[in-house]
Amino acid sequence: MAKVKSGEIFKDISKQITESQVWTSTFRHGYADTPRNRVLQIASNVWLHLHPVKMHRHALRIKFTWCMGGITFLLFLSTIVTGVILMFYYRPVGEYAYYDMKYLQYDVPFGMLMRNMHRWAAHAMVITVWLHMFRVFLTGSYKPPREFNWVIGVFLVTFTLLLSFTGYLLPWDQLAMWAVTVGTNMARATPFLGHEGPFAEYVGVTPRYDARSVLIGGSLVGPPALLRFYVLHCIFIPLVAGGLMIVHFWRIRKDGGISGPL
Amino acid sequence: MAVAPRKNPEATPEKVHVWPYLVRLEFMCAIIVILGLTVWSIMIDAPLEEAANPTKTPNPSKAPWYFLGLQDILVYFDPWFAGVVAPVLIIVGLMLIPYLDVNPKGNGYYTYTERKVAIWVYLFGFLVLWIALIIMGVFLRGPGWNLFMPWQYWDPHKVVALVSVDLPYAFGVRSYNMAMLFGGVVVCGYFAVGTAAYFFMERKAIKSVGLMRMFIKIQLILIMIGIVIKIVLRLAFNIKYVWVTPWFNV
Repeated sequence: MAKVKSGEIFKDISKQITESQVWTSTFRHGYADTPRNRVLQIASNVWLHLHPVKMHRHALRIKFTWCMGGITFLLFLSTIVTGVILMFYYRPVGEYAYYDMKYLQYDVPFGMLMRNMHRWAAHAMVITVWLHMFRVFLTGSYKPPREFNWVIGVFLVTFTLLLSFTGYLLPWDQLAMWAVTVGTNMARATPFLGHEGPFAEYVGVTPRYDARSVLIGGSLVGPPALLRFYVLHCIFIPLVAGGLMIVHFWRIRKDGGISGPL
Repeated sequence: MAVAPRKNPEATPEKVHVWPYLVRLEFMCAIIVILGLTVWSIMIDAPLEEAANPTKTPNPSKAPWYFLGLQDILVYFDPWFAGVVAPVLIIVGLMLIPYLDVNPKGNGYYTYTERKVAIWVYLFGFLVLWIALIIMGVFLRGPGWNLFMPWQYWDPHKVVALVSVDLPYAFGVRSYNMAMLFGGVVVCGYFAVGTAAYFFMERKAIKSVGLMRMFIKIQLILIMIGIVIKIVLRLAFNIKYVWVTPWFNV
């Protein structure tokens, strides 16, 4: 009986696996550290392909970017993951919302942690997006050819604040209700569109039918406002912001990678 | 397209592979951020007060902290200006920055000397008008939206002397129509003088920058400075409004 070395058996097995139809259909290239594979890692991966395959060395300097744009996106992803978990337990209904929060905090395993991570990530995202904008301004990165991407960025800052604001109402506690009352009261004063704003009498808007009532579904912050903010928070704004992010990231590549001294 | 001068001509941009150089940085950064977020979330709980109650209004009622700068300027302006016009001006003004700032220098690197004015304007808007007002709104505004120092007790019955008057009144103008005229002259004069002074100082730049661009730029800056002037007038001199009309108060 011929003696077979154990190493050769493993080699044989791994060869059979990596050459199988299942394997080759899943993984499109090997892992060997070759220039070709370094390119393929980026170009053939759906998650990484928004990157270019090569970049300027200066763009790696943490002191240049402070990583703020990337961290903002990462925090956005964290809020999506924790937010979807929260959605399993939360009902945006006047009678249930507050008690679902209590249930989440005291009965759901890791419910409090998920809620904390969701809230703190959202607040951190507000701060990092401001710092990202500040860095982009200080490095003059909005200058040609990146003007359009700056404009998209301003939309994204606005939507970040709106995402956070619409989420503020969902706990349905005193803090939430009155903070949103204060915030949406400003819509009452919109010129032409709000019933307390200038020129309202010429348009004929009323407390039941003006910019604010469209936003909160009534003349007071109540259950209809909860549902509207829930839909805005979980579906409408994330979809719009997500679409804008795709454009934002794509434009970074089309405008010649992240900015740097020419 | 304007081209910025090379900061260091010898540093030729060298290209590197994104895998692994950038991806490993992103990965490490992600691990640190997620770890930090997890530790933070284990240690500090998100607030949950008692259930929403439409019949019980808290005093003070505060918007989320990132909007407290806007809520604070409600003290100084009509709600349609503080709540609608100001946010729109901020958003539109920010979007206009790349089209108003035509200085080709400082594109893609840190520099202060090559764009002093731009940086000062941004710092003024970001730190003074946004961050400072948020800090004030979070820490110094108590019941009745009154100012309290951090060491002071938030007394809901704080007695505030009602001494604030409108600017024309402080100057001895007593008739309603004359006050309206006086306020109008002051506010319009502020914008006219500011615009004229800027055009005089920058008269050489009109050709390269463009008339329209210069005009919009100075109007936005004058509005920013005007908000701070109004805050100082109110807090230091108890001036309520500068221009009072039947349609709006400024």
